[in-house]
Amino acid sequence: MIELTNITKTYQMGETQVHALRGIDLTITQGEFVAIIGTSGSGKSTLMNIIGCLDIPTSGDYVLNGENASQLDDDAQARIRNREIGFIFQRFNLLARTTAVRQVSMPLMYSGIGTTERENRAVAALTSVGLGERVDHKPDELSGGQQQRVAIARALVTEPSLLLADEPTGALDSVSGEEVLQIFERLHAEGKTIVMVTHDMDVANRAKRIIRLRDGMIVNDYQVHQPVAPFDTTDSNVVIHNLEETA
Amino acid sequence: MNITESFRTALDSLRANKMRALLTMLGIIIGIAAVIGLMGLGEGFGELIEDEINSVGTNLIFVASDSENGYPTLTEDDLYALAEDGRNTAVAAVGGVVGQQTEVTAGSNDQFAIVNGVTGNYFALTNNDVLERGGLFDEIDDASFAQVAVLGSDIAYELFDGMNPIGQSITVNNTRFDVVGVLVPGDGGASGDTDSNVYIPMNVALQRLDLQETRFGEPAMAQIVAQAADETQVDAALEQISLTLREQHDLVYGAEDDFSLISQSGLVESFSTISDTMTVFLGAIAAISLVVGGIGIMNIMLVSVTERTREIGIRKAIGAQRRDILAQFLLESLILTLIGGVIGLALGVVVSIVGGGYLSLTPVISTGTVALAVGFSASVGIIFGIYPAWKASLMRPIDALRYE
Ligand SMILES: Nc1ncnc2c1ncn2[C@@H]1O[C@H](COP(=O)(O)OP(=O)(O)OP(=O)(O)O)[C@@H](O)[C@H]1O
Ligand SMILES: [Mg+2]
Repeated sequence: MIELTNITKTYQMGETQVHALRGIDLTITQGEFVAIIGTSGSGKSTLMNIIGCLDIPTSGDYVLNGENASQLDDDAQARIRNREIGFIFQRFNLLARTTAVRQVSMPLMYSGIGTTERENRAVAALTSVGLGERVDHKPDELSGGQQQRVAIARALVTEPSLLLADEPTGALDSVSGEEVLQIFERLHAEGKTIVMVTHDMDVANRAKRIIRLRDGMIVNDYQVHQPVAPFDTTDSNVVIHNLEETA
Repeated sequence: MNITESFRTALDSLRANKMRALLTMLGIIIGIAAVIGLMGLGEGFGELIEDEINSVGTNLIFVASDSENGYPTLTEDDLYALAEDGRNTAVAAVGGVVGQQTEVTAGSNDQFAIVNGVTGNYFALTNNDVLERGGLFDEIDDASFAQVAVLGSDIAYELFDGMNPIGQSITVNNTRFDVVGVLVPGDGGASGDTDSNVYIPMNVALQRLDLQETRFGEPAMAQIVAQAADETQVDAALEQISLTLREQHDLVYGAEDDFSLISQSGLVESFSTISDTMTVFLGAIAAISLVVGGIGIMNIMLVSVTERTREIGIRKAIGAQRRDILAQFLLESLILTLIGGVIGLALGVVVSIVGGGYLSLTPVISTGTVALAVGFSASVGIIFGIYPAWKASLMRPIDALRYE
């Protein structure tokens, strides 16, 4: 369902060019649960933003569900974001002073669904992440973990085929993080495609496939067979014996 | 997304950000209220002045001497020439006034006062014909050299210690005059403040008063008042009066007039210039208020740009298209300026009515003023409401989300 071919992203910073991605080839199929790891600045977020149609690559092709998403105009990309993708951010990105149910029903409004159905589906989505009791709370009346679950409900409410999460547990304590991961595992079990960026090897190991980036390139891509003990994620040269290379 | 949804979104957004909405609206309210209040008072003041001038009497032309080596130039003959039948067709009536400042006695009281000799029609001509008591003298009294007097209210009070002066007499230059009337205080019509004046008939005055003389030794008219036949003939009357007087005074072609003419409409014009200046002045203050209000709106909008840009990033990330964003922000601005505009308008009207009450004038709120005030504030509100949104909607969602 996701097919990246020779994707590059170059930022122009005054005189110098920052090559955030240097030729990414990646295929992710329906129903996979993928974790992207790598050191800070390795290009994880840049890659996720391109997959999520929040940004466009400098060169290369991105085909999503058979459609070439790198060639689309702004509004067409907005439609794809609305229907096909649910994006979860490290810092939640909820609207200030807006109740949970409104936050969650908003994507449905942009896809043209009527108020009553919108509300019902938003409440259902909030209930499914355990926030059925908190529908009228505003972000500043919720804990970080609850805010992130509102954001997950918002990402899920349109029933997208692809769920993207950029460090979804990064701003959460371990208990809230665990709740989020359990939701992901459930969604994966239900057949959702999930791509998640993380720094935390423990978190990455909850996924079924791990892709390691370094300096804008994929250096490792392997299936997880069983959880492993934490290790130094900053050293990408660590040889991982109990993992099987797939790339 | 349809317009109802955009409207709902805009309302939700305003409701969620009440403080920002109120502050923005405040800028609009201040701007509009100030303009309407001040301009309403300014234009009301203009109308007040105009009414005042018109109440003096319409179509009046005042003729005054331009002194010639210190000698006045207007004479009784000029008065007759101007009044002569068939000569000045645009002139309906002509009256004259002469005057001396002298001692007036009544019993044991005496006062220094201006004693005016006036033609019988003078009171009516100058709209100074409302009596407190008694009657006026007329052309017949004048022609018969009647020794009668009409007093201003103040001098009547001073000379007769507040008693009824009708039937009593006063003495001016050793001549007795019977008091026949007392004018109401205050409104001197075209003659200005006349409460301390004494009026006697013209013919008697020419005999008994010690008047300024022309260089030929004739008694001089202080002023001649002419009334044009109607408003449209004021210019014609001015022309005819000028011709007649030049002839009377044997002025050769090219010589300068030795008199001057002031028409009522000229006065109206010069006063309305004054009140226009005043309106412009108030308008300038109002414009400053508009700018202050506008800067207020701008500040609020610009301060909230970061938050709003991020909001736009979020909305785009979850699928809002550009026109959804623009519609929402346009509607938000429209709702704010509409509500603010109505409140500002109402407040401006109240301000001008209250202010008008203090200044005892009726404010005039013209559509132009309203259009200016509402137009300006609404433009500022809408432009500064839309501009950041327009810019942010052009950004990639990820850039809008990262904006700070
Ligand atoms: N908008 C931008 N302008 C310029 N350079 C950028 C921009 N965004 C990212 N970069 C650069 O691109 C590179 C990759 O950034 P990216 O955010 O993808 O890293 P990351 O792997 O997500 O890091 P982290 O783990 O810290 O979130 C970095 O060197 C970063 O400085
Ligand atoms: Mg990142």
